[in-house]
Amino acid sequence: MAEPLVTLRGLSRRFDTPAAFGRPARSMMAVRDVSLDILCGATIGVVGESGCGKSTLARLVLRLIEPTGGTVHFDGADITALSARAMRPLRQRMAMVFQDPYSSLDPRFRISDVLEEPFRVQGLPVPPGRITELLGLVGLSPAMAGNYPHQLSGGQRQRLGIARALALSPDFLVLDEPTASLDVSIQAQIIALLERLRAELGLTYLFISHDLGLVRYFCSSIVVMYLGSVVEVLADPALPPRHPYTSALMESSFIPDPAARRLLAPLTGEIPSPYNLPPGCAFATRCPAATDLCRHTAPTLISDTGGHALACHHPPEPAAGGATP
Amino acid sequence: MLLEVENLSVTIGQISPLEGVGFSLDRGEILGLVGESGSGKSLTALAVTGLLPLIDGRVTAGHVRFAGRDLAALPPCALRALRGKRIGLVTQNPMTAMDPVQRIGAQVDVMSRLHLGLSAAAARARTLELLTRLRIPEAAAVCDAYPHQLSGGMKQRIVIAMALAAEPELIVADEPTTALDVTVQAQIIQLLGEEVKRRGLGLLLITHDMGVVAQVCDRVAVLYAGRIAELGPVGGIFARPAHPYTRALIDCIPREGTAPGSLTGIPGAVPSVTTYPLGCRFHPRCPRARPICSATVPPLLNGHACHNPLEGADG
Repeated sequence: MAEPLVTLRGLSRRFDTPAAFGRPARSMMAVRDVSLDILCGATIGVVGESGCGKSTLARLVLRLIEPTGGTVHFDGADITALSARAMRPLRQRMAMVFQDPYSSLDPRFRISDVLEEPFRVQGLPVPPGRITELLGLVGLSPAMAGNYPHQLSGGQRQRLGIARALALSPDFLVLDEPTASLDVSIQAQIIALLERLRAELGLTYLFISHDLGLVRYFCSSIVVMYLGSVVEVLADPALPPRHPYTSALMESSFIPDPAARRLLAPLTGEIPSPYNLPPGCAFATRCPAATDLCRHTAPTLISDTGGHALACHHPPEPAAGGATP
Repeated sequence: MLLEVENLSVTIGQISPLEGVGFSLDRGEILGLVGESGSGKSLTALAVTGLLPLIDGRVTAGHVRFAGRDLAALPPCALRALRGKRIGLVTQNPMTAMDPVQRIGAQVDVMSRLHLGLSAAAARARTLELLTRLRIPEAAAVCDAYPHQLSGGMKQRIVIAMALAAEPELIVADEPTTALDVTVQAQIIQLLGEEVKRRGLGLLLITHDMGVVAQVCDRVAVLYAGRIAELGPVGGIFARPAHPYTRALIDCIPREGTAPGSLTGIPGAVPSVTTYPLGCRFHPRCPRARPICSATVPPLLNGHACHNPLEGADG
């Protein structure tokens, strides 16, 4: 539990859009200076709204896209410096489950083809009985092996996506909003499945989501991103948030209890364009506590000894009895 | 009563995806219609807006009465006069609800020009007022923009403005926030609730999220596989659900104090319309199923359709 399996240091990614049709060239930082240790057996949740860079971060961690700055260490090896050929053996140990169970499966592949492909890519033989075993692991009937994806429901497709990710017995799974396109009842099934697999196979997860309620239930620690930067890291998901943005995210999730109905103070203001960020704190345009300092100087992410980290000029005082010394 | 749906059954070709669905909705009231995908929620929305012919659907039994008039008995031209004018529709995907090559302002203006007979200038003034009410910053600039220039949350607010523009009496909102971020979802749900209460409209809110229902609805109808499973005021249904399906839907959402590993979801999936089981359609997934559940259809009595309701439930 103590060894970091994945270590990110100063990880950044800039996207450049060239000039076209009279529009000048412009660039945006999709992920800015993210440092993170993912311990063996941990489940790290990354939350934020659309466009905050959480999916870009997921792709950077697996080096599906190249960073423009910083490093990713996987089990001690700097994978950002490896050639594609040297990466290949390491790739067996990491896998990804995608958000959309429709577009992430080839409609012309039978289910058995979907599960054999990881072996084919790695040039490995498919162990006898492995396909049946994988289907059983995710709660699909082995009789389905000859079916095509269009014969499956959304929940079954996502189970297949998980089985494919598990094919080569990886240590580390990146889950990019695996339940966002599913019904709540199916979402709960998939989360229960992921919990069981985590315990049975000793997996480490990076779980990307926009649902803070779900992340607080499922994850061992939470990273909150806003417009490419980490604004808060909660080492314990049960701790009250201190960043105004995290608080707003929490306020926004509806509790299934009409007695807990509340008048929301929804975030006013729009998210600034990532191509044209304000000079200070990126959240200042929507923050109820923003001052001139926030609008002119960006706060830095400061960690305390308990593993909590916060990037805010005016955080509320921690509640009495909180973990912060 | 603004909207009365009585014993409504709908067929499309050989299949009957809705059977004996009934609920009512009064002015100033928000009714949540919940259920998983495939339970018939959107089909109910089509029936209520008289749009079933679009998908070759037919009402085979029962009625949809809007302000006392049976929609099924109205000729298409009379229906067209109702839709948009007296019944507004907010769809799930704001991108497909708008014309991508028309400016926002024109698309909202046309509603009050067509249905209220306003002049171009008066319609634009009304549009600006509506957009401002829906807390759209720089409404005048937004009117000149095209849909692709706006974020998803802004587009959904425009679609709501279009639905409100002709001062309808009933709004049918089919999963209006499913495609949006949670922060934006909270804004939109709150705005929609405020406008409905302020104008005294009826709102039929279709969703699969019990959290949304708990936050804004007055009453809730739980739909499962084309039939009503439970129906009643939100307070009672959340405090003491009678139908095991309602209980399971509520328990699908993790909340403060949900113990790790205790989230299980509902086993199995909604049966497809061609494979509906006999008896109670939920019985293959139900932890409380008895032999009678697979034999006899439970009638909707005291707000629930269950042979073996949960203890402590109302009446």
